[in-house]
Amino acid sequence: MSTTFELTIRPRKGWQAIDFKEIYLYRELLAFLVWRDIKIRYRQTLLGGLWAILQPFITMLVFTFVFNRMAGVKSDGPPYPLFAYAGLAPWTFFSTSITQSSNSLISNQQLVSKVYFPRIFIPLGAIGALLLDLVLSLSLFGGMMVYYHWRLTWAILWLPVFLMAALLAASGAGLILSALNVSFRDVKYAVPFMVQIGLFLTPVIYPARYLSQRGQILMGLNPMAGVVIGFRHALLGSPASWGVMGLSLGVSVLIFGCGLLIFRRLENKFADII
Amino acid sequence: MKPIVEIKNVSKMYKLGGGSARKAENFRELLERAVSAPFRTLAGRKQNAPKVQLGTFWALRGVSFDINQGDVIGIIGRNGAGKSTMLKVLSRITSPTEGSAILRGRLASLLEVGTGFHPELTGRENIFLNGAILGMRKTEISARFDEIVAFAEIEKFLDTPVKYYSSGMYVRLAFAVAAHLDPEILVVDEVLAVGDLSFQKKCLGKMSEVSRGGRTVLFVSHNMAAIENLCTRAVVLHQGKLTFDGTPKEAIQYYLNSLSIQRGTGHLVELDGVGDRRSFFAPLLKQLEFLTEDDQPMTEGLPLGARLKVKVHFDLPHLTTNFNIGLGFNNGYGHRIFTANTLFEPNRWEKERVGPQVLTCEIPSFTLTPGDYSVKVWMDLTGTEADAIEDAAQITVLDSDFYGTGKMPWNGAMVLKHNWSLEELADGGNLAGQGADRVQTTGA
Repeated sequence: MSTTFELTIRPRKGWQAIDFKEIYLYRELLAFLVWRDIKIRYRQTLLGGLWAILQPFITMLVFTFVFNRMAGVKSDGPPYPLFAYAGLAPWTFFSTSITQSSNSLISNQQLVSKVYFPRIFIPLGAIGALLLDLVLSLSLFGGMMVYYHWRLTWAILWLPVFLMAALLAASGAGLILSALNVSFRDVKYAVPFMVQIGLFLTPVIYPARYLSQRGQILMGLNPMAGVVIGFRHALLGSPASWGVMGLSLGVSVLIFGCGLLIFRRLENKFADII
Repeated sequence: MKPIVEIKNVSKMYKLGGGSARKAENFRELLERAVSAPFRTLAGRKQNAPKVQLGTFWALRGVSFDINQGDVIGIIGRNGAGKSTMLKVLSRITSPTEGSAILRGRLASLLEVGTGFHPELTGRENIFLNGAILGMRKTEISARFDEIVAFAEIEKFLDTPVKYYSSGMYVRLAFAVAAHLDPEILVVDEVLAVGDLSFQKKCLGKMSEVSRGGRTVLFVSHNMAAIENLCTRAVVLHQGKLTFDGTPKEAIQYYLNSLSIQRGTGHLVELDGVGDRRSFFAPLLKQLEFLTEDDQPMTEGLPLGARLKVKVHFDLPHLTTNFNIGLGFNNGYGHRIFTANTLFEPNRWEKERVGPQVLTCEIPSFTLTPGDYSVKVWMDLTGTEADAIEDAAQITVLDSDFYGTGKMPWNGAMVLKHNWSLEELADGGNLAGQGADRVQTTGA
């Protein structure tokens, strides 16, 4: 029985290849970790899963009042509440994802120092569980579309692509931040701050056309800019700026790739220093 | 057939606190270090906090041994000998600094009971989660689910969040999941130290059942009886090196002997070079002196119940009142039986002192059962351990007529003065007879 199996444990130093085979072998555990995070997220809360909807919804109301009514920010076509919500849904997913995943290794210290499995599952599990929140908040969006009599277009077929881009960007950033957080707890303080600034650097409140041509290209370097524009294109049929979206998509893939490699490089020391 | 585990020349190095050897833990510290560097050389070492001692620490150093399929191997050694590190390397939790190990079978490790249990989840949910974390597939867990629940004896509370469990139930459930793992190699750290006695027995039973099934088991324990009963072979680790490999009986003998060889003997022990020393500041502890009744030196040993005075000679490196000295007495199995500490002293010294000092600890009647005890001595400065020596000395408690009846106490960890009284019950024959019997049996 044991003749086929052979594993050699060696010192690990420097950059390592990613062991996809092992990740595949342990895939059930990832599902379990996602399931755990979903189960415990809203335990002992009165409103439960409603929180997933309430957060972007109330933020949308505030934005509509402050930025649209008071400051006169206009959408790029659809009613401002729809416009704001279509941007807030992916942004909330992204910001909650990086906040939770960057703390995930620290809050699961016991798992890191007492048992072995691909460490990458810890931050990824936290993000996977938040996908459910995103789906819930999109279902509310469906209701809002009906309320505003806004029609879906064929562009909705693009949605999975931008969902994927959001997932890649969040995972990549989450992997890097969680790994750094093990040695530098500064990450814990930096992340909320980054999230706050990110909201303004991403066209959530305002449409991308408020920026100059050069400004839009710079904005494309922000992976979430393309995601937000893409979500609006898919959900509301807003004009698509393919250049910005393509650039963002490329950056998302790049961040994810770097995230995997950096995490792999640093994970070796987790158990020793956490 | 090739061995199921081959450990080749495995070493593991850790970096120790503070100083250049370690990376800064946060940016502030990095900054602080950069800013203070030029002043440090000017100020010298006088004002430094006691965390100066640095560098590297080899938890394992060139350990090699093979494990054959079906072996049940016990790993013994004192605290810090590298036992847990060895298990962590084999479990791939941490990677070795040098050397390699080949595993020819699926390995599951149990370094802690209940890893990954979530208090908010129910017993049922935690069984699945914990099983998956320990490497079981969902189908495997489902297949063994009833067995696990029965073993843990928690049927009634399956759907209660484990945060409402008693600690006993929690441990039972956690061990039940682990006990139903079905790996080819099972690695178990001192997990049996938890749980009540009857459950510990059940776990030991389960483990021997596992090993009879041809499973390979690696087992770390301070419980020598468990090692002797369960294992087919045992290795001894000492300061990261493998010093003995043989039958459990021989290994335990070797281990217990190795403890006493290095201990200081006689009534005056120079603490330079005895025992297992960890100085985090400097070797501040100098000498132990053992005296008995009328301040006579304790030469042969200490009669049970006699007065024991231990004089600790030590240095205070700077003016302070904030220091403590502790003495710990361990029995032959490494269990702490008694700890004396200046922390507990009501009449503390008020005056700041510096330089050589002598503290005397007086125990009016030393009542640990006759046998050999290993003495640990340590010193804290401003709340942190500055110097500590395990197995610094050995003292022998001798038989004595402690109770004044000519009968020698022989078991238990300690003796206490105690009285029995007997009353005859008014109503009678039968009961009175039984009462009398009971007194006789306990007295024997």
